[in-house]
Amino acid sequence: MDTTAHDGTVKERPPASAPRLTLSGISKSFPGVRALHNVSLSLYPGQVTALIGENGAGKSTLVKIMTGIYQPDSGEIGIDGLATTLPSAHAAFGHGITAIHQETVLFDDLSVAENIFLGHAPRTRFGTIDWRTMRKNAREVLETMRAGHIDADTRLKDLGIANKHLVAVARAMSIDARIVIMDEPTAALSMKEIEELFLLIEFLKSEGKAVLFISHKFDEIYRIADRYTVFRDGEMVGEGLLKDTGQNEIVRMMVGRNVDHIFPQREPKIGAPVLSISGLSHPTEFDDIGFELRKGEILGFYGLVGAGRSEVMQAIAGITRTSRGTISLDGKTIAPKSAADSIEAGIVYVPEERGKQGVVIGLPIFQNVSLPSLARTSKSGVLRLAEEFSLARSYTERLDLRASSLSQDVGTLSGGNQQKVVIAKWLATAPKVIILDEPTKGIDIGSKAAVHGFMAELVAQGLSVIMVSSELPEILGMSDRVVVMREGRIAATYDNKGLDAETLVRTAAGIA
Amino acid sequence: MKSFLKYREIWLLAGIVVLIGLISTRFPGFADPANLRQVFNDTSILMILALGQMVVILTRSIDLSMASNLCFTGMVVAMLNAAHPAIPIPVLIVIALAIGLALGAINGFLVWRLNIPSIVVTLGTLTIYRGATFVVSGGAWVNADQMSPDFINFQRAAFLGLPVLSWIAIIVIALFFMVMTRTQIGRSVHAIGVNPTASVYAGIDVGRTKFIVFCISGMIGGLAGYLWISRYVIASVEVANGYELNIIAACVIGGISIAGGIGSVGGAVLGALFLGIISNALPVINISPFWQMAISGSAIILAVVLNARGERRQGRIILRKAEAA
Repeated sequence: MDTTAHDGTVKERPPASAPRLTLSGISKSFPGVRALHNVSLSLYPGQVTALIGENGAGKSTLVKIMTGIYQPDSGEIGIDGLATTLPSAHAAFGHGITAIHQETVLFDDLSVAENIFLGHAPRTRFGTIDWRTMRKNAREVLETMRAGHIDADTRLKDLGIANKHLVAVARAMSIDARIVIMDEPTAALSMKEIEELFLLIEFLKSEGKAVLFISHKFDEIYRIADRYTVFRDGEMVGEGLLKDTGQNEIVRMMVGRNVDHIFPQREPKIGAPVLSISGLSHPTEFDDIGFELRKGEILGFYGLVGAGRSEVMQAIAGITRTSRGTISLDGKTIAPKSAADSIEAGIVYVPEERGKQGVVIGLPIFQNVSLPSLARTSKSGVLRLAEEFSLARSYTERLDLRASSLSQDVGTLSGGNQQKVVIAKWLATAPKVIILDEPTKGIDIGSKAAVHGFMAELVAQGLSVIMVSSELPEILGMSDRVVVMREGRIAATYDNKGLDAETLVRTAAGIA
Repeated sequence: MKSFLKYREIWLLAGIVVLIGLISTRFPGFADPANLRQVFNDTSILMILALGQMVVILTRSIDLSMASNLCFTGMVVAMLNAAHPAIPIPVLIVIALAIGLALGAINGFLVWRLNIPSIVVTLGTLTIYRGATFVVSGGAWVNADQMSPDFINFQRAAFLGLPVLSWIAIIVIALFFMVMTRTQIGRSVHAIGVNPTASVYAGIDVGRTKFIVFCISGMIGGLAGYLWISRYVIASVEVANGYELNIIAACVIGGISIAGGIGSVGGAVLGALFLGIISNALPVINISPFWQMAISGSAIILAVVLNARGERRQGRIILRKAEAA
């Protein structure tokens, strides 16, 4: 287990104020994206450090570096004052670093005891698994955590999420984890379960574990954490003790003031309402959503991840069903039962995950563009390739697509150009309302500018755009009005005149 | 991708030519046009079935019940013919298509409406349809002497130098080619195989499309039922037992990805021809049937390995282009 613990460059270091784990000067880039730049983080034994930042600030990348999944491009990792490297997940495990994720990564069909001891189960003399000792040890671990109510023989899938978290923590205890990373552990929990989780975190603190707590929720952070570190756009912008720092100060650090991207100047000509939504509800995802989208308008939708923005948009696009509420387009009530219905009515939804939900890799560019328009480009079920080609040509030219041929497989294009194909595909359906879900997520600056410029052009031509975005500069730079959602409800709607980022973050996080 | 697919089929075609060449060194008459026509005719039913299976596999599904459908439909039309020899053959063919369609629609309905994985549905109907054959026939056979001469001779009649059976295969191939390249349903089949999620967003009804492909494979199974029975002139519960695996093998050798989305009409036809040539040639050059099975099996694995390598190469191209852009 500990064979990898002392590889890499080992050198003596003074034990300073004795942080358990120090990351310093960590940078990590992916093609076209700088995920982390010169960030630092320290975790102290018996203390909870909250890692705070907007979506895309680099939190997940950092967790992956700490758990040995990614290798930093530069920077140093120190454990107990000794410089080390984490070349693999196994090495991180050997150092006692363990992560508990939002959706716990355990094995549903194994028992609680098996989950706790998977990979380090006690053995008998003959090398077989010593079930009796394993169950006994599992019970002991659970009791020390005051989780004796969990039966070690239960299969994991029969437990609720909160108890699954307990098992994950028990696993961490059993490998003598010293650094516990909790990545949004409360996202799927009820109030009562969150309280239980907090008791557990208190227990971990009392056992001297160093805990990293990642959450979007300020009340939780102030409740459980001792220290904070704030990330913004892949950089560390502040750290300190939470008792010395107010919420507003942290919000200011999160949003900052950095304009690295010029948004297109436009003079919005906003007309009559095109799309009216009222009382739209879903049994579990969102409730009583109502808003209006006007002709020539860009309506921004801001909120934390999981606030229900995409779910609302998918309902409007006919992909998910709603339980109540009305959608009316140009004064006529529509009840889309499928994506085809919405496209027919003139509403298109450009989904967030380009690879999974957008392009069809393996089909040529022109067939990707014509996919939702086949009803128009074909005659009684028979395709007319020439029509498809000219449709694809006119829209890809407008978007300045860089491709050698429209018969080229869309998979051979770069991410930015694939995004253009996706947008061309939806524009080709001649929509009235176009819903863009995180339109520039994960694409390079140049392609971002092209997408923004194109959005401006769309509304200038009288289309109406809903833009779901978690990037504050994009929301503030592009929207005419901003709807903020929180926990499945609309928290506020703002005119984007003198609107500032802090107001949006506070509304989204529910800080009064 | 398109040129790459052509590439793959050209390789398969080259493999078939080499195979014919090799066989000719041991059995000089094999490459004669007359003999090749015979091989094509012998393989016609497998080609038709492989095309029906292909559309199903393209949508990330599988139809294991095709051979049982063939058996059931074949039995019903044979019994009809035995009881009412006056029913004209074209009418019997339409009846066969209709019965096959009904059986396929049952598969499709279960996959679509009840959302049961197709491998489970068709594993069930594989047994059910064969059991139903026993029920309708009472376990009895329909022999050649019970069938009308028309029933037996229809597919053997020569037309422009080829038997009608070959012409039926050619028509089916042409129809599938048109459907796959020139119709909305063909495009939808490809799209949902490659990326079902994106297809949903593009307004394609994935469930309904799967229903349709099972209807297609069912109709093909029904058509093949009549052709098979009138070719081998015996209808029994044992007809084409286990043949679903040959159909799937033809598809796999033809480069149709079991993971869906990738494959073409040409591939399915060539894959079937490859198997047809092996089963025709090996007995005449005195290779035991057991070797024949081993060779078919090796061809399947080789085809999968080559196709997997092809996919990887494509992946590298994506990376290089993405970096260059």
